[in-house]
Amino acid sequence: MAEVIELKRPAETAAPSLAVRDLHGWYDESHVLHGMNFDVRPGEVVTLLGRNGAGKTTTLKAVMGLLAKRTGSVMFEGQELVGLPARAIARAGIAFCPEERGIFSSLSVDENLMLPPVLKPGGLSREAILDMFPNLRERIHSVGTRLSGGEQQMLAIGRILRTGSKFLLLDEPTEGLAPVIVQQIGRTLIQLKQQGFTIVLVEQNFHFAASVTDRHYVVEQGRVIDEIPNEELNANLAKLHAYLGV
Amino acid sequence: MVQILGIPVQVLFGQLLLGLINGSFYALLSLGLAVIFGMLNVINFAHGALYMMGAFVAWLLLTHLGIGYWWALLIVPLVVGAFGIVIERLMISRLYHLDHLYGLLLTFGLALVIQGLFRNEFGVSGLPYTIPASLQGGRNLGFMFLPNYRAWVIVASVLVCAATWFAIEKTRLGAYLRAATENPALVGAFGINVPRMITLTYGFGVALAALAGVLAAPIYSVNPNMGSDLIIVVFAVVVIGGMGSILGAIVTGFGLGIVEGLTKAIYPEASSVVIFVIMAIVLLVKPAGLFGRTA
Repeated sequence: MAEVIELKRPAETAAPSLAVRDLHGWYDESHVLHGMNFDVRPGEVVTLLGRNGAGKTTTLKAVMGLLAKRTGSVMFEGQELVGLPARAIARAGIAFCPEERGIFSSLSVDENLMLPPVLKPGGLSREAILDMFPNLRERIHSVGTRLSGGEQQMLAIGRILRTGSKFLLLDEPTEGLAPVIVQQIGRTLIQLKQQGFTIVLVEQNFHFAASVTDRHYVVEQGRVIDEIPNEELNANLAKLHAYLGV
Repeated sequence: MVQILGIPVQVLFGQLLLGLINGSFYALLSLGLAVIFGMLNVINFAHGALYMMGAFVAWLLLTHLGIGYWWALLIVPLVVGAFGIVIERLMISRLYHLDHLYGLLLTFGLALVIQGLFRNEFGVSGLPYTIPASLQGGRNLGFMFLPNYRAWVIVASVLVCAATWFAIEKTRLGAYLRAATENPALVGAFGINVPRMITLTYGFGVALAALAGVLAAPIYSVNPNMGSDLIIVVFAVVVIGGMGSILGAIVTGFGLGIVEGLTKAIYPEASSVVIFVIMAIVLLVKPAGLFGRTA
């Protein structure tokens, strides 16, 4: 398992997978992102922390091409994403799991799971995903939205693992879930990281974030105002509490 | 003479058959409208005109190129469907970011323009289209006479509706369609080309209308107004079935055709309003329609 340990500490010098520079984003007329700057290195788990309305979710949507208007630069593995539609960004290798989970009510669990097309080789098989989330196997023929919140979250994460994308944007995967489910999702993320996935996480649950993350970016009013490596988290708790108002 | 409810059996079954024929067209047309509404959120007012166009293209193929009915069943949906795709790309797609009403106004205008052009070219007296030789004649079922062509229309409509239902509800492609109807942005974020799906969906809905036009050509005379006469009833069918519901469009289409036919046998004075009375009641009791999902 030596390589696993290597993966757990991504080389600080590695070229970033994702480089976001001076990213601005708008919802209709309201200007939400005011020049986001951050990097995500290959194999890392990075968390965007911040208060409600700071622009964390908007940042993920801007990266994914889901905002009507955005400017600046988002480089992903050498490719500029600003100006591309969401489908081209998905094909470039980024997968998105939205905050509201986006389970389709007119599709069964199985149809939801098989919906995202495989875009690159190397994705998980249907069986591997069902092994990872055994609850889904038991309810495979149910209507997608009949699942519990935790199961819906597992489905929402599970279905993007099939696509072969190794770069995941996860928006508040633990929101509103019971502690035991939160733990299960935490174990899953660590497992994914060991398998070489790179993850950008948006979290309100800062203790959960600390258990899986390499680095934290603090977002306020549409900008990154601080960067805290996870191992320095305890030393920066006071500062962080001030940022987050907790 | 045998009677049921004081009505001669022949009359009852004759009207039932007529109702089923009308229901076949209601179902095909409302199915196309439902598919289009689900995906584009556009109430396609041009649907009747495109149905009429289907009948005319079949007539033109026969009259000018000698291409008969069976080939027309294949060629006409492709030609008119392609015309629909051009309309969607050039015009309708520019309105998606606006209120639904703009799509409705555009397609309503298109319907008037298309009808006007055909009226100008072909007049309003109607053109005959003969029943293909293999479907002429009929059979005596003992209690009634069943013309072969009418039986074929019912069978064809049931088959096409069932195949469409299966494709949408049970296949992978249909799952994309259902998902994109619910949340197009997320489906796009999975790497699926949603704008292309929307275009093809419109083309498919239009092709269904054109197919109905070909089926109708030998029954009704080929006439520029044939679509506008039918489309108002079809809209009522869609509202009763539930906007965007596939099964609702099919079941309600056939069901209301039968109800209308039976009304003609039992109380003819009410036959032209019965569907609208049902629509009013359904809207009062279940505003989302019989098969509609309340959001």
